[in-house]
Amino acid sequence: MADHTLDAKGMNCPLPILKARKALKEVPAGGTLEILATDPGSVADFQAFCRQTGNELVEHSVDDKIYRFLIKHTAA
Amino acid sequence: MSSPEEKSMSIIVTKGSLDWAYPPFILATTAAAMGLPVTMFFTFYGLPLLLKKLDLQVTAAGNTAMKMPMMGMHMGLPNLLTAVPGVDAACSVMMKNLIKKKGVASIEDLREMAIEAEVRMIACQMTMDLFEYSTDDMIDGLDVGGAATYIECASQSDINLFI
Repeated sequence: MADHTLDAKGMNCPLPILKARKALKEVPAGGTLEILATDPGSVADFQAFCRQTGNELVEHSVDDKIYRFLIKHTAA
Repeated sequence: MSSPEEKSMSIIVTKGSLDWAYPPFILATTAAAMGLPVTMFFTFYGLPLLLKKLDLQVTAAGNTAMKMPMMGMHMGLPNLLTAVPGVDAACSVMMKNLIKKKGVASIEDLREMAIEAEVRMIACQMTMDLFEYSTDDMIDGLDVGGAATYIECASQSDINLFI
């Protein structure tokens, strides 16, 4: 179970990333943020976001056109 | 500016139509969200994107290959018709409807998020003189400067874009 969940369904690029960045600030170090999105571009974008910012993309999956990402807040 | 290991970005914003306002604001907000210090330099037709009240329009004549999804197809407009009065207004309404329907942020929202993310925005002094704009008409928190101000910033940035 994630510490926080962000519902980014229906949002298009770059909103899921921008909202996730904001939400991540509320997650304590070591905590996790779950993001739900419908933007197919978010799959590549959240991987790039995590590589660049040093946060850990613990898992990502898709179920019935809903993309789910779990990010661990590991960066400063 | 930025520490040696930290990447940074600058964008020269030269276009002020509704469609062309998107790339600079999308890239600036995203780069800031990814931890890059970002500077935007607004010059010529990009400068009015800093006005307090935005009234952005699509310019059909400036986008000769523009097509919009309509009735299951992609419909273009004969380029000759793009000069007809009212065509830009109609295209702008269609574009704004599409933006809303597809969950794309408005330029107003993206600009607000850029400000929140502490993106540095520089208004070009020469353009302000040329087109008779005053900082009173513009949003707060702007720097005002010219080419040298931008070049100093660009020389310290890893990514420099001209849009």
